[in-house]
Order: sequence, then C-alpha cells, then structure tokens
Amino acid sequence: MFSLVRSMWLIFLHMFHKRETFQYPEQKAPLPARWRGRIALTRDPDGGERCVGCYLCAAACPVDCISLQATEDDSGRRYPEFFRINFSRCIFCGFCEEACPTYAIQLLPDFEMAEYNRQNLVYEKEDLLINSEGKYPGYNYYNVAGMAIRGKDKGDAQQEEPPVDIKSLIP
Amino acid sequence: MPIIHIDNKPYEVKEGKNLLEACLSLGLNLPYFCWHPALGAVGACRQCAVKVFKDEEDKKGRIIMSCMEPVKDQLRLSVDDTDARNFREHVIGWLMTNHPHDCAVCDEGGSCHLQDMTVMTGHSYRDYHFTKRTYNNQYLGPFLNHEMNRCIQCYRCVRFYKDFAGGKDLDVFAAHNHVYFGRQEEGTLESEFSGNLAEICPTGVFTDKTLKQHYTRKWDLTSAASVCQGCGLGCNILAGERYGAVRQITNRFNGAVNGYFLCDRGRYGYEFVNSGQRIKTPMVHHGPADKANGIPVLQHVHQRMKPGKTIGIGSPRASLESNAVLKELVGEENFYLGVSSADHDLVSLSLKILEQGPVRSASLQEAAAADVVLILGEDVTNTAPMLALSVRQAVRRIPVEDVINHIHMPAWQDAAVREAVQDSKGPLYILNVQETKLDELAKGAYHTAPDNIARIGFGVSHLLSSKMPEVKGMSEQGKAIAEEIAGVLKAAKNPLIIAGYGGGSEAIIKAAANVSWALRDLGIDAMLTYTVPECNSVGLEMLGGHRLDSAVDRALNNEVDTAIILENDLYRRLNQHRAEKFFGKVKDVILLDHLYNPTAEKATIILPAGTFAESDGTLVNNEGRAQRFFQVFAPDSAVQESWRWLLQIADINGHATLSGLQHLDDVVSHIAHAYKKFEGIDKLAPHADFRIAGQKVPREPHRFSGRTAMQANVNVSEPRPPQDPDTALSFTMEGYRGEPPSSMIPFFWAPGWNSVQSVNKFQVETGGPLHDGNPGKRLIEPHANGQTPFYTEVPEPFLPLKEHLLLVPLYHIFGSEELSVHTPGIAERIPAPYIMLHSEDAKRLQVTAGYLLHFTDNGHQYTLPVIINDTLQEGVAGIPVGLPGMQISEAPQLIKV
Repeated sequence: MFSLVRSMWLIFLHMFHKRETFQYPEQKAPLPARWRGRIALTRDPDGGERCVGCYLCAAACPVDCISLQATEDDSGRRYPEFFRINFSRCIFCGFCEEACPTYAIQLLPDFEMAEYNRQNLVYEKEDLLINSEGKYPGYNYYNVAGMAIRGKDKGDAQQEEPPVDIKSLIP
Repeated sequence: MPIIHIDNKPYEVKEGKNLLEACLSLGLNLPYFCWHPALGAVGACRQCAVKVFKDEEDKKGRIIMSCMEPVKDQLRLSVDDTDARNFREHVIGWLMTNHPHDCAVCDEGGSCHLQDMTVMTGHSYRDYHFTKRTYNNQYLGPFLNHEMNRCIQCYRCVRFYKDFAGGKDLDVFAAHNHVYFGRQEEGTLESEFSGNLAEICPTGVFTDKTLKQHYTRKWDLTSAASVCQGCGLGCNILAGERYGAVRQITNRFNGAVNGYFLCDRGRYGYEFVNSGQRIKTPMVHHGPADKANGIPVLQHVHQRMKPGKTIGIGSPRASLESNAVLKELVGEENFYLGVSSADHDLVSLSLKILEQGPVRSASLQEAAAADVVLILGEDVTNTAPMLALSVRQAVRRIPVEDVINHIHMPAWQDAAVREAVQDSKGPLYILNVQETKLDELAKGAYHTAPDNIARIGFGVSHLLSSKMPEVKGMSEQGKAIAEEIAGVLKAAKNPLIIAGYGGGSEAIIKAAANVSWALRDLGIDAMLTYTVPECNSVGLEMLGGHRLDSAVDRALNNEVDTAIILENDLYRRLNQHRAEKFFGKVKDVILLDHLYNPTAEKATIILPAGTFAESDGTLVNNEGRAQRFFQVFAPDSAVQESWRWLLQIADINGHATLSGLQHLDDVVSHIAHAYKKFEGIDKLAPHADFRIAGQKVPREPHRFSGRTAMQANVNVSEPRPPQDPDTALSFTMEGYRGEPPSSMIPFFWAPGWNSVQSVNKFQVETGGPLHDGNPGKRLIEPHANGQTPFYTEVPEPFLPLKEHLLLVPLYHIFGSEELSVHTPGIAERIPAPYIMLHSEDAKRLQVTAGYLLHFTDNGHQYTLPVIINDTLQEGVAGIPVGLPGMQISEAPQLIKV
C-alpha cells in the first residue's frame, strides 16, 4: 500500500522535472563527440587525403561493407582509387575506425542518413571525404612513417636519422 | 630414429635435421627468419632460440639457436621456457628498433613473416625511444620494389640471389649496423629469378612491383591452384584475383616440380589476363548478303561447319581438354596440331624417345639431384629457366656430398658448407651454339653449330658403348671433348642429359637419347630431360594429330571451307606468306582465343576463350606430368573455357559422343577412357562432388573483405555468388577451413602464419612433400625392358657455305613467349630484333654491329640489325625466336645473304 502511494508520488514529481524528450526533428539531441555515426574520410593538416588504402578497415568490417582499391600518386603518396561504403549494411560498430592506422576513417556524431531508396545508401569516396581533420587534429601519417614521399625524404620523418651513407666506415 | 624431448614430451624426429626443422616439422610454432628450407641455416637472426638441457636433472639449461643445433638422440629442449621466450621477444624488439612505422603502406602487410613472428613472440610494446636508422632505396627494375628501411638483416636475399640462383648484381654493402642489401648502383636486377626475392624476404624490403600497380592484400585475393603457362616445365603457381583482374602470381610449392621458386617470366607474365587486348564478347563477321543477324553465335558456328570441309587446329597453349574436345568434334582426320613443323618434329621425337626408351625423364627436383649434367644445344636459362636453377643445384651436389662425408658437416649448415666447398663444382658440360649464362659453372663449355654438337654427342655415346655408331672425321678438339665427357659420365651415378627444342635440331635430341641409353646400358641410372616450347606441347603431341603444313596444303587444294582454330596465332606457327595463303583460301575461320592477334584479324567468328585464370583444365609438362589447373575467378563477360564452347558447338551439331558432356569431370573422364595414354587424369584432383565435412573448399580466405560493397555501385542488392559446377572449390569465403587436398590448395595460410612461410604447415616435414603427396601424375614412364633403338644416322659435320648463313634459333626468357610479353615490365626487357654474327662473318659481309643486314628467304626480303658474338661458330647466325616484330618463324634454316 505504502509503495503504491510512493510510486504515484514519485511519478507526480516528474511532472516538474526537466524533460528528456527532444522534439526531433525540430529540436536536435546533443550527441557526444565519440558517438558512432556517419563514417567520413578525413584529411591531413596539410589537406591531403589521410587514407593510404591499407585495407585494414575493410578487413575489420564484420559485415564486409567497405571496399576500396589502393593506388599511388606521382608524389609517392598512397590513396584509395575508389572507396565505397555500403551503409545499408553498415552496423556502425566503429571497428573500421579502430583498425585505421592513419586516423583517416572516423565515425562522426551524425545519424541522419535515412534514404527512401536503398541504392542511395552506397557512399563513394566523394561522399565520404570531408574537409577536416576530424577528431585527431595535427596528425600526419607520413610524418611518422618511414616511407619517402615528395617533400618528405628519407630521414625527414619524426625520430629518424638522416639516410645512411653506405660508403662510410665510421661507426 | 632419434627421440628428442621437447618440453618434457618425447618426439620421434628424423636424423640429420636441425632442431628448428625438427620443431617445425612437428607442427610447433617456433619463430625464425634467416633459415629457409631451401637455403639452409646460418644462424644470422638469433630468432629461433630454444633452451637445451643437459639431462633430466638439469633445470638451468642454456639458450641456443635451434637452427644451428643438430638433432641428437635423447636431447632435451624447451621451446616454451620463459628465458627462451623472453630472449626471442627481445630479439624481435631489437630488430624492430629501426623498422619504419609503415605497415599500412607496405605491400608485404598481411603476408609478412616479420608481422607473424612479432605476434608469435608477443613483442607488442616498443621501449626504444631513440631515433631510427634510414636508408635510401634503389630502382631495381620493373619487377621489384626496394624499401631498405624495413630490412632486418637476415641475409636471406643475398643467400638466395647470389648463392642459390647465381646472381651477380645483388650484394650486401657497408658495415656494422649500416649493412645495405642492394646493387652496386641502381639498375635492373639481372637474374631471371629475381622475383623470388619478394617471397624470400621475410619483410617488405623486396616487394612485387606488378602487384603494386593494382595493390591488393593477400586476404582479399580470390586464389586458386594453377600451373604456369610460361614454358614447358609446368611450375605450380597460385594466381590471385580481385575485382575481375589477376593481381599476383605466387609460388605454389610442389616438391617434385618447382619447389619454393619461380622464374620471373612465370611470376610476372600473367598480365595478359588483364590486357586491353582481351576478347570479351563473341563476334561474328557478317557478309552484306548475310541476313542471319540476331541469331545466337553458336547457330552461326553450326551453319558454317560443313561436314568433311571443316578442320580443327589445336594449340600447345590450350588445355588438354580443349584440344581433345576439338579433335573429337572435327574428327581425327581433320585435326591438325597448331605448331610449327620444326617444333612438331622436335617435340614428337622427344616424346617418342621418352615413351619408348628405357631412360626416365627427370623432374625438376630430380634434375637438381643429378651428379653430372650434360647440356646439349640448349640455353636452359632462356628456354626452361627453372631447369637452369635445378642445374645450379646439381652442380653443387658432389662438392657438398664431399663436405658431408669428409668433414662431417650436415647439409643444412649452409655457411660452413659453402666455406668448405669454396668454388669447387660438380661436372657440368655444355655444348651450345653460343655462350650461355650457365657456362660459368661448367667444367667444359663448347660452342659450335648444332650438327657438330650432335656429332660430339654421338661421339660420347660411342665411347660409352661400342654398340653406338662411330663418328667419322671428328676434329681433334671434338674427340678430346667427347672423351672428357664420356670419362666423367662413366664415373657418374645418376647423370642428367638435357636437350630439347632450343637447339632446333633433331640430331641433337637423338644424340642425347643415345648418350642416356648408352649410360643405361652400362647400368648407370641416367636421366633425360627434354625441354619443350609451351605449357602443353607434350599433351598436344600425346593427343596426336596431323601436321599443320598438311592443313595448309589441304586448304590450298580448296578442300577446307571452315577452320576452327583453338587458342592459336598461326602467324607464329607458319611463315607469314604461307599463313596469308592459308587464310586466303579458307572461307570461314572460327577462332577461340583470349587476345586479339593477327589470326583474329582473319577470323569470321571469334569466341572469347578463357585464359588459365578463367578456365579449368589439364596440362602435361616436359616430364610427362599431367597437372590440373583451376579457374581463379568467374568472368563477368561471355568468356568461358574453350572446351565448354566446343562442347556447346558439339551439342548444337548433335555430335554423337560429345553431346551430353557438360562439366569438367565429364570431359576429363571421357578423355581418360578414350585414350589409354591419359589414363588417370581424371584422378588428378578431387571431383566436383568432393566435400570435406559437407563443404566445398573456399577460394577466398576467411578475412576476405568487401563482399557487400564490391558490387554495390552497380546494385545494392548483392547478386548470388558465382557457382562452380566443375570443381570442388567455391568462389566465396564459405567452406571448409582446414587443409584441402594438395592438388587444390588455393592459398597457403595457417593460424599465426599469414605469409608464404605457412607452407611449412602443409608439408610432411619442412622442405618435404605436401601432406597427401605432390600433385600431378606422370603419364610417361620409361620402357624398362624395351629394346633400345639406338640412333645410327650421324649428321655430317657443319661446314660454312659461301654466301650462306645457317640461321639458328636463340631464345629469350623475356620475349620469346607469346603471352608473357603483354606484361609491361616484361615488354621493357625484351631485346630488339637482331641477327647475331661471328665477327669474321661480319667482316666477310662487310657489316659491323648495329648495321642492317638484308637477306632473302624463300624469295622474301628480311632486314635485321647485326650483333657480333664471337662465341658463335663461323657460318652460323643466330636469330631471336618469337620476339614481337620478328617475322621469321623457321629456324634452323640455311639462308642466302
């Protein structure tokens, strides 16, 4: 008896609480920064594509909804020739983001991707690539990796010695 | 057999092995880098450390390198010991201090031995915080990419390239922690076996450059077991496909054929499959009066096949199935072998000798174990490259055996054995028209005209056995050579005689047969290897048919209305003028092929045939070994196997015996029943209804990615995956995950072993045969008790004729083969057409190097630039065969200058 009254009282008190319901779509819910929503391909601080086409996201994807083809430009940078995500299969698990060694693929706090036509859920590279560094500003894979590209020769990356002079015998 | 105790468990192991081999053969996971089953152990990487205990009481033990320690009875060791594990983890940690942070952009990633071993040792945290050493890379030609930063100094590359394959232009430079593996200066790697560096290197220092053009990770490839189409040796390969294009060829271990290695033609010659010249749709050439438009292409074929006036021309580069079906479709009397008359003569003679003679044809691995090698008129490096690699191993056999017997050093102690062997070599004799790459290893290398080579061969056989004809009028030098060779051969245990199509001479092939038979008469277990020009030359010859020349004659007599040409370019088989005449007379040419070629220009109906990657079939190699190759991927166009097209034609024609046959198994068992020779080819691989645990064998690894996105741009609803009614393989990643039968292994992978080194897990012992036997079946066995039909007709000595030159064929690993030249990297390495002359001849003809020489042959003019080579005999001129742009297809022949 007492518990019934208590429950009714508590519920009555809720009438005066702050409302948790958002009047979507007029009113947008605030999403945390690490929300796993729309997948995007981000860019380097210098504007280059971060994705190097290593296929790790595709391999990690449990529904196999990522396919790409790696290629190389004339400066020696690798990039995806095409990059396709079939969002009609995507389960937004974020494994691709975890697998990405270059912080290229990132899940962003945005979920408004619904389409009437399922075919429109197939996103190509043009749809995925954004003009931003996303959640990891300042990171540039080629500054860490030992591959030489135009403008960053062997020995120019972080924590690298200048290339060995193989004709020298000096220790 | 000794018993060793590993972690207190007794195991029976093979004597003469080292502990690493013993552990790996037992299926234990012990990390290693510098050891390789084909190269032996040097103890350079310190990775395979284990702990050895003195006896049961010894609890302390000592750490040793397992690859440097021989197996001993009652030896106690521990792989799992904490000290040993820590040691191994630290070694990886040290190796990784300079390793660049670039797996994501490294082509080795996903099939990297270094990655596997790092994970295996448990090294996961980098505690070295200082700077990394870097190197500049070199340009190494069109086949290999160089990224020295990734090097872990295991020395495998130079040990393979220099010590094993005899390369001269890759070495190790600099000192201490600066050692550098590369060339003295940038440039193309010269060895024909350089591509193996991509597999030998445990990390990504050397990677496949053609793969980089269309880069795909190993786990994303749809692969199948296949057989190389590059020459007649039939090396086993794995071909991998992604997005409808073949991406990479890797070695498929076959203990009886190619072992761990492939030549560069085989590894890189695959790109014709992806060529823009591919025929993808059936085409029918309509005459203006022809109102037959709109009917299916097979109806067109049916209408044009007039009984009695239709001939079929087979091909040595098409599968046995396709050739056999064509033969049956057009009838035995109308089936012609699509090979030049020279090739036909040489291959049929070789086949006859192997079938009827008492001497066994050697497999590549048997060849590598020969103690004396005699090469007659053959530049093996260019005509059958992997055989040259076998000869290089054979030359080492006697000195290595000496070392094993005298200083009691096991064969796997590679560095010590090489130190003891130094430069001593086993006997190798080479008789060829010009110098070859193997000459450097030979005890004797002599250069003379083909007929003289045959005479010396006959001379040797006479010295071995008096039953053989005596060679009259031999020069003193010839006699001396013959005596030297005969003396060495008499003392041999299992000598190998090599001859074949490269010499272009029947007399040489007969001389080789005589030598081997004479040895056999002496009770010596001799082996005989004949090289053949193409991947199915022997299969086609075994099938049998009429000469191509008689097809041309028949056409010139207006007795041919329709010619069905199977995967063949007749302009490579006939001289151009004769081919033109032939096509002028034949009303309808029906071509089944995969690339546009001059013959396709003449065809009135073209049916798109599958390449090796889109077909199932069987090939017979020079040894007589029938081997199955499997379809790699299902093409998205009308392309299908030639035999399937021909079966459909047979069906529409209402052929008595062929209609009703549909799948590979039907065709293969039909052939196996129809021809006694081909008995057993239906058992080369499991049938289509074979299942393991109720499942097919998947062509794709379990990590295959992108299934639901690959075709989503076309249609978001995924299509049903292609079905394979012909074999027990599936085109998907679903299926049995364990080890498939050895004949159909689509890729080598084992848990924890992603790289090619995982082949260890598929072998009975490291370096030994695959678990259920090496695939393939020998169809030709020697006629042990048959009468030895010695050849008695010794050719006349070659004498230079005034104003004439004897054209002899010269073959090139890059260029002489029809299909591999479509790979851009190989095309880069094709020599320009030339005519090779002795300097005296050049003087006589008043030309020097680079000048154009004009000559006539059968009333047709030819012009070629001159190259001087004094190892040729005077009066002999060499011309490259099969190069694009070379119009002469017939050599040897005498020409008037």
